[in-house]
Amino acid sequence: MGILINKDTRVLVQGITGHEGGFHAKQMLEYGTDVVAGVTPGKGGSSVLGVPVYDTVLKAVKDTGADASVIFVPAEYASDAILEAADAGISLVVCITEGIPVHDMMVVMRAMVFTDSRLVGPNCPGIITPGQCKIGIMPGYIHKKGNIGVISRSGTLTYEAVFQLTKSGLGQSTCIGIGGDPVKGMSFVDCLELFQDDPDTDAVLMIGEIGGQGEELAAKFITDGKFTKPVFAYIAGLTAPEGRRMGHAGAIISGGVGTAKGKVDALAEAGATMINNPSDIGKIVYNNVK
Amino acid sequence: MRLHEYQAKDILRKAGIKTPRGVTASSPSEAGEAFSEIGAPIAVVKAQILAGGRGKVGGVKAVHSPEEAQYAASQMIGRRLFTAQSGHEGLVVRKVLVEEGLTVEKEFYLGIAIDRECARPVIIASAAGGMDIEEISRKEPEKVLREYIEPVFGLQPYQARRLAYEVGAGPDNINKFVDILLKLHIVFLVSDLELIEINPLVLVESDELIALDAKMVVDDNAFFRHEDLTKLADISDMNPLEYEAKSAGLKYIKLQGSIGCMVNGAGLAMATMDMIKACGGEPANFLDVGGGAAAGKIKRALGILLSDKQVEAVLINIFGGILRCDELAKGIVAAASELSVSVPMVARLEGTNSLEGAEILRKSGLNISFAGSMREAGELAVASIKSNA
Repeated sequence: MGILINKDTRVLVQGITGHEGGFHAKQMLEYGTDVVAGVTPGKGGSSVLGVPVYDTVLKAVKDTGADASVIFVPAEYASDAILEAADAGISLVVCITEGIPVHDMMVVMRAMVFTDSRLVGPNCPGIITPGQCKIGIMPGYIHKKGNIGVISRSGTLTYEAVFQLTKSGLGQSTCIGIGGDPVKGMSFVDCLELFQDDPDTDAVLMIGEIGGQGEELAAKFITDGKFTKPVFAYIAGLTAPEGRRMGHAGAIISGGVGTAKGKVDALAEAGATMINNPSDIGKIVYNNVK
Repeated sequence: MRLHEYQAKDILRKAGIKTPRGVTASSPSEAGEAFSEIGAPIAVVKAQILAGGRGKVGGVKAVHSPEEAQYAASQMIGRRLFTAQSGHEGLVVRKVLVEEGLTVEKEFYLGIAIDRECARPVIIASAAGGMDIEEISRKEPEKVLREYIEPVFGLQPYQARRLAYEVGAGPDNINKFVDILLKLHIVFLVSDLELIEINPLVLVESDELIALDAKMVVDDNAFFRHEDLTKLADISDMNPLEYEAKSAGLKYIKLQGSIGCMVNGAGLAMATMDMIKACGGEPANFLDVGGGAAAGKIKRALGILLSDKQVEAVLINIFGGILRCDELAKGIVAAASELSVSVPMVARLEGTNSLEGAEILRKSGLNISFAGSMREAGELAVASIKSNA
């Protein structure tokens, strides 16, 4: 089953006529994702890879019944694209775009409160339920159908972790990259809440990094008894210096808040199995769930 | 991007917030002239560097004559200041700000930051002005007031008024305090700031509220709509390698260790640094070549790593997804041959076509060893330094 998406999810690609959007639309189609529409203002009526292109999200939703959207439009227009998708009734909006101004994202997050949509990202690899639906830019073949839920703030580090799971024989229920920005849609806690109710998820692997309080809030959620399945976690950035942004806009330690050690301690305290060495992710999860 | 104090104060003044009369100077003689121009009995000479904590290391001096101003400036300009926030290498002072000295009756802290977990700006105010706000938050959290701003509706006057009363602005100053807060919020919005701080905001004898110091951090992601602010960027304090990396579209941060690392993806790059440390080594840098990692980028990245004289070994860690490892291996071989690398290199390629990639590296005849895992890569890199020593 997995969370948020499955084989029936009907996906719309915002920015499908662009280089990135077109490339990844093709990859998603090849994976078996039901890509039903694309949207690029001014390109309505054309088609890409046999997928019809619309000028507006609302028209695309009316004609095709799309219920999830993935956004590849440039940062300047991405917050508008998120709001357009939410307003058209799309229930899951996945924003891949990197570099959206944080003030724009704060407005988007308040506006989302008035809709029924969920946002994943921005600045994220997307979400995949192996064997059913891939919405994003992750390489499909490293995944395997199974019972480990994965939540991560990173891109390639997520692929690393997932591939280690797959190689050790463990499949995944759903893998979500929540993104590396300071202000974003779904959090670790939001994802844990959904995995708690997913009968196909037996355990969750969290990949965190320095900056913010998301991992600490997840630890509190677990401590409060709201997530009861086994949790494994790896936190990147133990060697990161204070005050320097480690690539992601959100990966920064400031005022002593958001250190890797603080996150490791909080999650360990909550009972999560901490993975100290990123080479051991697959092995440690395997040894504990088998 | 952080702005200098004098740049931040220019922005505040334009928004209608009062600052002390001041003139910037790039040389000691200019500082002397600035003193005369201001015409106050006492002035303060302040080193303009992009880090706090200047006062404690001689970066702020009170002066009483043009000669004293000139002397104070001569002790700052061209020198390196090492403050609690300046990093290992310190920061060179290139400009000073000479400002009129004021008789301060009361000091406040006033700032707006972004609370990322609740996705809203938050005003932080305290009657304990002039001190390190983070330290006060830790030791006496009750002295720090917070007021959240609704991103869609903006700061409301009642919120500003409530803060003014709670912070103890005094009955005669409530309106002035409210006025400053509303203006500060507008600056925060229109300049796309991640942080704005007035510390301290002072009440002077004439009952005016004046911004004695100012700090602003602009959101780099918003540069596309702020040509004016982009021009204020001071690259003179940037590490030259970091500057070169930035212009090549690479994310690079110089660190103090000896193992240079090149990785695709920020999270994986941090994990690689941690791995080096776990294996007993020290990373020389953080370097994210990005998702695509085309051959040209690989070459520039390798060039930057090798220009760091502290680098004694290079570790390349790439997770190939859409990017194929054999393509990448070709890029590494081409770059390494062209740049005539003299230090040992370790490559760990995982994902799409990793075995083909390994084969290309093996056959290249270059001093590149191939690692099957991140741990092996870390161990090989650390061992290669020891055997070279």
